[in-house]
Amino acid sequence: MDKTLPNLAAAVAGIPDGATVMIGGFGGSGSPIELIHALIDRFLATGHPVGLTVVNNNAGNGHVGLAALIEAGMVTKMICSFPRSADPVVFTQMYMAGKLELELVPQGTLAERIRAGGAGIPAFYTPTSFGTDLAKGKPVEVFDGRSYVQERWLKADFALIKAHLGDPLGNLTYRMAARNFNPLMCMAAAVTIVQVSEIVPAGAIDPETVITPGIFVQGVVAVPNPAQEEDLNRAGAVYPEVTA
Amino acid sequence: MKLSSTQMAWRAAQDIEDGAYVNLGIGFPEMVAKFQPPGREAIFHTENGILGFGKAPELGAEDWDLINAGKKAVTLKPGTAFFHHADSFAMVRGGHLDVAILGAYEVAETGDLANWSTGPKGVPAVGGAMDLVHGAKRVAVMMDHVTKDGQPKLLQRCSLPLTGVACVTRIYSSLAVVDIVAGHFVLREKLAALSLDALQTMTGATLHLDGPVADLIVPEM
Repeated sequence: MDKTLPNLAAAVAGIPDGATVMIGGFGGSGSPIELIHALIDRFLATGHPVGLTVVNNNAGNGHVGLAALIEAGMVTKMICSFPRSADPVVFTQMYMAGKLELELVPQGTLAERIRAGGAGIPAFYTPTSFGTDLAKGKPVEVFDGRSYVQERWLKADFALIKAHLGDPLGNLTYRMAARNFNPLMCMAAAVTIVQVSEIVPAGAIDPETVITPGIFVQGVVAVPNPAQEEDLNRAGAVYPEVTA
Repeated sequence: MKLSSTQMAWRAAQDIEDGAYVNLGIGFPEMVAKFQPPGREAIFHTENGILGFGKAPELGAEDWDLINAGKKAVTLKPGTAFFHHADSFAMVRGGHLDVAILGAYEVAETGDLANWSTGPKGVPAVGGAMDLVHGAKRVAVMMDHVTKDGQPKLLQRCSLPLTGVACVTRIYSSLAVVDIVAGHFVLREKLAALSLDALQTMTGATLHLDGPVADLIVPEM
């Protein structure tokens, strides 16, 4: 078995119009910038995909990565917990203009909905959001004298993931806090595509240290020395690069 | 005459026990970490999957895979642990944190908290606030006692959209330390120069007394 993909273009070639796409990361850490940019490249060349629903904790920062995907007009709905950032201008303008739908989800509920989606649990109860506007319309039950809100699983057609090491079987490790939503999203998507800093032979990752087992992964593409969103933004980067 | 945010953070830090697991909200509450009393070491949790992180790195030494919930760079220290987001919020909702200290727009005597939305205008954003108010053994807030134009922020009922119902247990305000007990504000400490009557007029619900009220004393900063 070899889940290695030849390049970024091949990695994102299968994502259709209207797909729900989970994109890993928390802010810039763990964000698969190169996969996102490859998807934008495909859109610029072919006009597809459009009408995407994107699941991420945030909604982009500056004009690279997820913000650039939104700015390109490829996204019609965001499911996230915190659509603010140091430079949220892209999301804010699209949202205020009514061009982008927002489903706001508390961060822990978002994580658990994704986990539940990957674990085959269609709904669960959480104390989070009880009595608030974000619980409106959701069933409430009392357990041991306390009220809990019913939340539904969240699944996706594709997940775009950033990991550290990967092997041809799709086993993954992550680097520090870049782990965040990535392992959960690997589980919750029908097709999980992962960019890794290095593809190592099977057996090179100590089985004790595998964070995402390969069963949750469909494709792995090598992106050595991946960009950090924070570095790109501090350099004033815009994607695609504006050329005269 | 009132405490600065730094002084409120100092006061809040005095109540954190050695070895406590603590989450500090984005913004001013992050300063609490600087004022741990000598001999005590809390273990700080951040929603994005780190337990036991260290202080900010030197400028230029940032590693952007090592950030806190406010997206600010932090550092490793001996004993740091990483984990994914579902485990991180299991720590939150599962009752494993000892203390969460958050900011607040309004707090009600019922313990209701409003700290995520100032109304329907603009882009709504909630982050982890609604999760953090459930599960920590103590949920405390740091806040100015009144708004910029002098209106009370400690109220009978919150007017802004709620973050959580009956969740706050202690308020570190710019004028006082107030506990919430069985649906009442109970005054524990107040600035010595402030009379009880004056404090009551700046508070939107009755301040109850349950034993002596101590002077709220903080260092000059």
